[in-house]
Amino acid sequence: MDNSLTPRSNDLGLTAAAKANAPIESQEAKSFAKQLQGFWVTFITMFKKVNTVEYPEVKEPTAERFHGRHQLNRYDDGLEKCIGCELCAWACPADAILVEGESNTEEERFSPGERYGKVYQINYLRCVFCGLCIEACPTRALTMTNGYELADESRAKLIFEKEDLMAPLKAGMLQPPHPMAPGKTHIDYYRGDIKGGSNG
Amino acid sequence: MTPEQALLETQAAVEMITVVIDGFEVTVPKGTLVIRAAEKLGIQIPRFCDHPLLEPAGACRQCLVDIEINGRAFPKPQASCTIPVENNMIVKTQLTSPVAEKAQAGIMEFLLINHPLDCPVCDKGGECPLQNQAMSAGRPESRFEGVKRTFEKPVSISSQVLLDRERCVLCARCTRFSEQIAGDPFITLIERGALQQVGIYEEDPFESYYSGNTVQICPVGALTGASYRFRARPFDLVSVDSACEHCASGCAMRTDIRRGKTLRRLAGDDSSVNEEWNCDKGRWAFKYLTSRERVASPMIRGEDGELHEASWPEAIAFAAAGLKGKRAGVLVGGRATVEDAYGYSKFARVALGTNDIDFRSRPHSDEESSFLSSVVLGLKTTYKDIDKADQVVLLGFEPEEESPIVFLRIYKQLRKRALAVISDAPVASRGSVKLKAQLVSDISSISGLTSKSVILVGERLGEKVGALSAAVDLAEKSGAKLAWIPRRAGERGAIASGAIATLLPGGRPVSQASARVDVAAAWAVDSLPANPGRSTSEILHALIVNNLDAVVIGGVDPLDISNTALSQLLNSFVVSLEITHSAVTAVADVVLPVAAVIEKSGSFQDWQGSARTFEKAIADSLSRSDVRILSMIADEMGTPINLPTVAATAREIAALGNWDGAAISFEKTSTVKTLATEEKMNLTSWRLLLDLGTLQDGETNLAGTARKATARISKTKAEKLGVNEGELISISSDLGSLKLPVEISEMSDNEIWVPRNSIDSQVIANLGFVNGQVTVVKA
Ligand code: SF4
Ligand code: SF4
Ligand code: SF4
Ligand code: SF4
Ligand code: FES
Repeated sequence: MDNSLTPRSNDLGLTAAAKANAPIESQEAKSFAKQLQGFWVTFITMFKKVNTVEYPEVKEPTAERFHGRHQLNRYDDGLEKCIGCELCAWACPADAILVEGESNTEEERFSPGERYGKVYQINYLRCVFCGLCIEACPTRALTMTNGYELADESRAKLIFEKEDLMAPLKAGMLQPPHPMAPGKTHIDYYRGDIKGGSNG
Repeated sequence: MTPEQALLETQAAVEMITVVIDGFEVTVPKGTLVIRAAEKLGIQIPRFCDHPLLEPAGACRQCLVDIEINGRAFPKPQASCTIPVENNMIVKTQLTSPVAEKAQAGIMEFLLINHPLDCPVCDKGGECPLQNQAMSAGRPESRFEGVKRTFEKPVSISSQVLLDRERCVLCARCTRFSEQIAGDPFITLIERGALQQVGIYEEDPFESYYSGNTVQICPVGALTGASYRFRARPFDLVSVDSACEHCASGCAMRTDIRRGKTLRRLAGDDSSVNEEWNCDKGRWAFKYLTSRERVASPMIRGEDGELHEASWPEAIAFAAAGLKGKRAGVLVGGRATVEDAYGYSKFARVALGTNDIDFRSRPHSDEESSFLSSVVLGLKTTYKDIDKADQVVLLGFEPEEESPIVFLRIYKQLRKRALAVISDAPVASRGSVKLKAQLVSDISSISGLTSKSVILVGERLGEKVGALSAAVDLAEKSGAKLAWIPRRAGERGAIASGAIATLLPGGRPVSQASARVDVAAAWAVDSLPANPGRSTSEILHALIVNNLDAVVIGGVDPLDISNTALSQLLNSFVVSLEITHSAVTAVADVVLPVAAVIEKSGSFQDWQGSARTFEKAIADSLSRSDVRILSMIADEMGTPINLPTVAATAREIAALGNWDGAAISFEKTSTVKTLATEEKMNLTSWRLLLDLGTLQDGETNLAGTARKATARISKTKAEKLGVNEGELISISSDLGSLKLPVEISEMSDNEIWVPRNSIDSQVIANLGFVNGQVTVVKA
């Protein structure tokens, strides 16, 4: 077998590229036509359909899987999915997340089971939108939305609190704290057996 | 002597054995377990139940290895944590033996069959031996498709400790600890097979003073502390080595801080002091810092009689003006670090020109002053002497209540060998029962002590006239070793720093001119005051009769001294150095905020006299140590003490060194017999470990495990009073009374015992004294 390292093809486009990129060395009159040719490209582009949009008046949807602002999800009855386990904070390579857990009580229940996230902050000055936190979350409490409008005028405003991150209450959802659906346990919630809202 | 040297020394006497583990030879003393011999080579065998300080149990079977002796192999893998090494033994661990590896993987699979998928909500997650060893010895995928066994969770086995039975791997570490180390067998393994679980005795709740250790040694998240539950993950925490500020046992501790707040404290590892244990007070009582309102800035009492915030220069100038040229005393409190106590001592002598300084914020006597300034600093007794003792004599001292690690040390020896424990308590506490203590009514009746005995004297012995003298006599007569064990962490250090009228730092007697000259030279002052100083009660009295105009107070609870102490402060100029607002700050003229233990560095001296240093746990704290503030006041007064930092103070203490001249001699006092009359009874009291102490403020879970206050009297007396067990009696003195349920105990008929500072039983506040004659009637 021939082991010598010969390129499969000599024409890798390099020659062509070199030609095209060659500087216009000649300052003679005949180069004027070439310059005109260049302006022509600019001119004709003015009549082409543009790729950009007039943001912020016009907003284009992002790609479906775009990594945008985070959201903390709820069960169908409004209870929070987050259990305050800090696995997201642990997974985060940028140390952007801060979670403090707390015990649910019978009087004040925010999530099914024993534990909920009392403090939840994401620092968007740090977040690199890698999505590792989403992968780490054991309850699918944390997901990413497509929201990309994350600019503000101060550092403090870019640290999002739990209120800013919680998913909005949809029809039938009740603002926690409230008890679990009657006769249901946290296991039913984890299995996805809680359908419909209005507290069961 | 370092542990290595100690080991070398014993190696000479002990037969050494060489074994081969995974092809490497290692020589260890006879009796070493295979798992520990492997550790010496750096080979880690997975384990759950094995613990170096507990007797082997072989309960979890995770440590299986292949063993061959004299060429004959065991037919099955063996638990390496239960088998001692033998000559010609060849051990193959999971690293070299596929059989051992498979056996360990099999055990891990069994363990995980019923183990819940709780890691996200489990406090152990991130520091869990089961998680770690499931990664190293387990299968990547579960083959189990059945339904896991579940239990109701969590059950609280005390107000402080919660149990998740599903997570338990039945290693019996907790039950072995309770039985072998603490002597409180309130938890045990119950049921069999898949239903086996840790259980408590229904009628006897798990009220051990050491329950927190079970949380620390549980290899999974089955036992968790209520206070730390769901608080943090290991990666959130900054861990700092520290020393315990709660008592004179001197435990090494680890403090875990999250964002400037203490979240938990764990027992540190110091084989010469606390081994790996501590008590629940040290572990859980750290919320005192946040439970009451912190003194946020310096405060000055204005014309209107209210405290107003002031700037530091203003407050320092105000304090200095109030103290300069006045007759002032200093009350330190037993919680000061060595450096702070030294600061108070130097401040009193140099800035105030007085010997009126005392660290004793508790009942005290002249006999005690003499004992503290003559005998205590010369005592060299240590924990090691308890380990070797033939007899242990407890005088005015309840180790389990007043110095819990001392109790553990005595109990450890008691389990190993015949050790006689003698106590002078009028009634057997639970600690005494566990130590099988023989109660004697009179110190002079103790006989037959050997020179290898130890006499442990508590601070309460000073309350009985002549008792300290009797204890010293006993030690002199028998040659037994004497030790003085105060309750508070700072007391021994305060004596060494000279925070007492009779002593200058380093044990230099004030009464000796050469000692004064010595210290004056070191401090670069012309002379030091020579006139005898006052004790705490004398200082308070002098304030009332206008022999003193002002007082500097740091960390004193007036109710620990007497029920009149607070009112005695009212008409003088009071400078208070405090962490939180308290009874003293309420009457103070200047309040200067100081740093708490986690916010400063420093050291305590434990009862052995050895230093327990600690570093600042909250690195960016702006709070200042007492010594720094005293130094600023002294500068302002024009009599500088030059102690700008804790480190500088420590250097000065080291440079000054200890007194090498003769100590003053102990002026003995003879015993006075108090005879109880028919109507009156003799009251004795001591403080329980968990009570209403200021440093336990704000920790309700811990308070839940405090022992209930009862009044203990004899059966005959109860019959005479016509009360049954649990019925209320009223105990009164001239100053007040308290009502407590009766607990019938074996004791003499004219004795009564109540806890000193528990709920419903605050003896100083309610009766006005701690020991004395009381009238008892049915309530
Ligand atoms: S997306 Fe990545 S960087 Fe952002 S919070 Fe999640 S883990 Fe951290
Ligand atoms: S968002 Fe998910 S991973 Fe993060 S704390 Fe909540 S439950 Fe845990
Ligand atoms: S004990 Fe360990 S393995 Fe078990 S749930 Fe807790 S963290 Fe997970
Ligand atoms: S509770 Fe913990 S320490 Fe006790 S047996 Fe179970 S696993 Fe072991
Ligand atoms: S560690 Fe050996 S049986 Fe548990």
